Amino acid sequence: MSKSTFVYVTFIRTSPERLWSALTTPDFIRQYWFGMTCESEWKPGSAWRLIFEDGRIADAGEILEADPPRRLLIKWRNEWNAEMKAEGDALCAFEIEAVPDVAPQAVKLSVTHSIEKPESKFIAAVSGGWPRILSNLKSLLETGEAVLKTGKRSP
Amino acid sequence: MNSSDPLFKALADPSRRKLLDLLYASDGQTLGQLCRHLDMTRQSITQHLDVLEAANLVATRRRGREKLHFLNPVPLQEIYERWISKFDRPRLVALERLKRRLEGEEK
Repeated sequence: MSKSTFVYVTFIRTSPERLWSALTTPDFIRQYWFGMTCESEWKPGSAWRLIFEDGRIADAGEILEADPPRRLLIKWRNEWNAEMKAEGDALCAFEIEAVPDVAPQAVKLSVTHSIEKPESKFIAAVSGGWPRILSNLKSLLETGEAVLKTGKRSP
Repeated sequence: MNSSDPLFKALADPSRRKLLDLLYASDGQTLGQLCRHLDMTRQSITQHLDVLEAANLVATRRRGREKLHFLNPVPLQEIYERWISKFDRPRLVALERLKRRLEGEEK
């Protein structure tokens, strides 16, 4: 396989519209993404940046596709680590599907993060973060409170 | 039925845990690739993969005519948070305090 891909799926009791807004509203993103700030206009062609709490840029890129409340595709490049930055652009797709015939309403969120490079360090690095972020997002949408307040791993 | 029942049922079977181990070692495998490592019929492996997918432990993606299987760690993260994060939090708080003291911000 000439590509590195990770796929994450979570089911959340919410509506596609609420989930879309959770994925694209900076104040909400900060609550489940461990204080990170995310800046974008969320339209095809607009710039996208993820910023650490101390103001350094973590990742940057561009919105390639935005089809609310169904699909968001981001061209994503690491900015804080020289080795991972050198791997170039990765693609991150968010897909939102309503789960049919369930009450209360639920949606399936799939996040696919890939790069055209085998054994990618960048994809390996994000793979530890996504389960924590998505699980936090689920808790926040379902209960109004995020479980994990910090991105730090226990030793 | 509780929403986490399918998850625990899926994890209860050794063949299914083996499939998860195989995907952990190399993510994004086809059914054919997985079959090579297991002494089981293709049909029973397909059934096990269906159970894993229903429990959201495995996610699939199509690439052309191939169906690739990925280990989905999100439900396992939720198990971790359910029982571990409570014990984790005081430790993180203690570490933060230690860090601040070592850095001289707290007397």
